[in-house]
Amino acid sequence: MRTSHLGLMILFALFVSIVFAALMRDDPKQQLRFGAQLFGAFVVGGIALGWILYFFPV
Amino acid sequence: MRATTADREQSATYTYLICLAAWAIPGAGHLLLGRIHKGVIFLVALTLMFLCGLWLEGRLFPVEIRQPLVALAALADMGIGLAFFIARGAGAGAGRVVAQTYEYGNAFLIVAGLLNMLVVLDAFDITQGRK
Repeated sequence: MRTSHLGLMILFALFVSIVFAALMRDDPKQQLRFGAQLFGAFVVGGIALGWILYFFPV
Repeated sequence: MRATTADREQSATYTYLICLAAWAIPGAGHLLLGRIHKGVIFLVALTLMFLCGLWLEGRLFPVEIRQPLVALAALADMGIGLAFFIARGAGAGAGRVVAQTYEYGNAFLIVAGLLNMLVVLDAFDITQGRK
């Protein structure tokens, strides 16, 4: 099965968001909302950090 | 009415048992406490995360006191509970350093264990009436 860095980062963000949302919110609707926000922040933050590092070559 | 010493001891034993169950099987503590929704989420998400780590050829680190970082990684891996020992017993989690996904696998395994530790603390808080 093919894997990609972006795909694995998204999978990782998904798991962490699900667990944190369940830990920090009690109401299922709030869990869904908070989980989605967290997931979006992880993915967008990861991509943004990747692009920032692009300007700092090794 | 004041709680007797026996009541307090029984309560402490109950708390320890819940925490032990929560550590051994992700989500078990919440399931025992009647938080079915959360328990099922933790059970499914953390187990899948751990299995993904194995699938990605991550390593279940041995406890090596001479190498503090390896020992800490082993401690984090063990946070997932019985699954760690079952996987080690089955010969899984040997880790293939040259695999492209090796570091990702390690991240999945370590973070699954650390998240389960947070779940244990959450179960502890519930038994103490803080949540």
